[in-house]
Amino acid sequence: MLEMRSVRKVYNPGTVRELCLFEDFSLTVPESQFVSVVGSNGSGKTSMLNILCGSIPADGGSILLEGRDITREREHVRARLMGRVYQNPAMGTCGSMTILENLSLADNKGKPYNLRFGTDKRRIGRYRELLAPLGLGLENMLNARVGSLSGGQRQALSLIMSAMTPIRFLILDEHTAALDPKTAEVIMRLTDRIVREKKLTALMVTHNLRYALEYGGRILMMHQGGIVLDRSGEEKRGLSIDDVLKIFNEISVECGN
Amino acid sequence: MGIGGKVDGILLTNFVNALPSTLEQGLIYALLAMGVLITYTILDFPDLSVDGTFPLGGVISTTIVASGAHPALGLLASLAGGAAAGLLTGLIHVKLKVRDLFSGIIMATALYSINLHIASGKSLVTIGRKEATLFQNNALAGFLDRAAGEFGTLALLLLIVLCMKALLDLFLKTKAGYLLRAVGDNERVVTSLACDKGRVKIIGLMIANGFAALSGAVLCQHQRMFEISMGTGAMVLGLASVIIGVSLFRRLSFVRSTTAVVVGAVVYKMCVSFAIACGMGASDLKLITAVLFLLILSAGLLKKERREKRRA
Repeated sequence: MLEMRSVRKVYNPGTVRELCLFEDFSLTVPESQFVSVVGSNGSGKTSMLNILCGSIPADGGSILLEGRDITREREHVRARLMGRVYQNPAMGTCGSMTILENLSLADNKGKPYNLRFGTDKRRIGRYRELLAPLGLGLENMLNARVGSLSGGQRQALSLIMSAMTPIRFLILDEHTAALDPKTAEVIMRLTDRIVREKKLTALMVTHNLRYALEYGGRILMMHQGGIVLDRSGEEKRGLSIDDVLKIFNEISVECGN
Repeated sequence: MGIGGKVDGILLTNFVNALPSTLEQGLIYALLAMGVLITYTILDFPDLSVDGTFPLGGVISTTIVASGAHPALGLLASLAGGAAAGLLTGLIHVKLKVRDLFSGIIMATALYSINLHIASGKSLVTIGRKEATLFQNNALAGFLDRAAGEFGTLALLLLIVLCMKALLDLFLKTKAGYLLRAVGDNERVVTSLACDKGRVKIIGLMIANGFAALSGAVLCQHQRMFEISMGTGAMVLGLASVIIGVSLFRRLSFVRSTTAVVVGAVVYKMCVSFAIACGMGASDLKLITAVLFLLILSAGLLKKERREKRRA
């Protein structure tokens, strides 16, 4: 379970550019629910994720993971239970290191990074098993530098790495936006599989309305720091892209866009 | 024509005669270059504190050796001193959120006074003829002198550099080493691995400054004296060696960056020695360093630009 209670966030406080994004933002995501979040640019989707993960501080309110208040915890402490994949495929991996080294790093999350050898050769078989189902050929190029991979390959690796160790929450920040349609589809299916298999509680921000409707059990639409649409279960299944687009347009018209 | 040929001949003779000592200098500075490799290349942290930790190592080792203690103790103490200074630079940067460049400058400035204090206020400390240094008046040096003759010092330096290089190579293959490389490459990955990126940076700075101090310590035992301004330009010198080494072996991916940097330091010292053989005086040393560094940087930067264009 993941909760944001009356979160407040003001950008540039005390200046002419002061912008109150969240006045009193609350969201509760029950155990192992997969939530898609849509909304126009500047509606607060990414800010919400950043506050949740601790990348930016909240100015008020509280954040709870499984009932534990983590509002004051630092980003890397929160990361123990969370995996995060970014829009930019380069952000989730180390480009100057090899696939094997990246996987070894991720495999060790939660354990001490001490003076033992970085790569455990006995785990290589397991890494290959993880990579092979992607069909991207990564399992045969473990010693390739990650910087030489394509965006899709790199994003797939980021996703695998983020969920390698037992995590409870998966945060996806437009993680298919920088990929071509076919690769995006591959990454989405992989995401869905990981979330189901590991029974993760997942939040996915996306601009792709089809993905938002097709995947996950709940859809949220955000606008100006608030939630304007929240459907789950049967209600969500009844929604079509046209319905969502209609709401989207209505909001935009109100805004004068 | 004839005169030109004769001058070239003298120049070459001077250069060749100085070669063993150039190699020795190159190897000593290779230790410093490895430290700069850790901060500049691996951590992506332009650490100027080496300008202070290089002489810090020098003064610690000189005072310890001059007091009659074992030269190895001088090296160990320098290593510890350098690491402690690196810890402070790291804390200034991470905890007080001072920019990387400034953290180093603050540390180097403070260390100037601290080094003077350790030297009891003297800007020059010498090691007496009778004291044992790494290279004289000890069993190992005696053995190497008998075995390798005039190259005994060179052999010992090679041994030290290879040992430190092997240790660094090994460290970079450990889990902690992986994390160090990751923090310079992409801080977010370290955070998402539930590790404190600040702590990793601090550890990197400690190791790097340990190397810098060790380099200064060996240099002072080699020249049997410490001089307060020996740190000026240490960062530039180390960085030049790193860039030369890395550029030389850019296309040979099997050459480790640590190896490249050791070669870089030797090549760098050879360039300086060549400039001196050409008739430049000792007072021009820092000028040579600066001009050489400028040449390397402008050439290196052009290469980087081209590479990025190709990528885009």
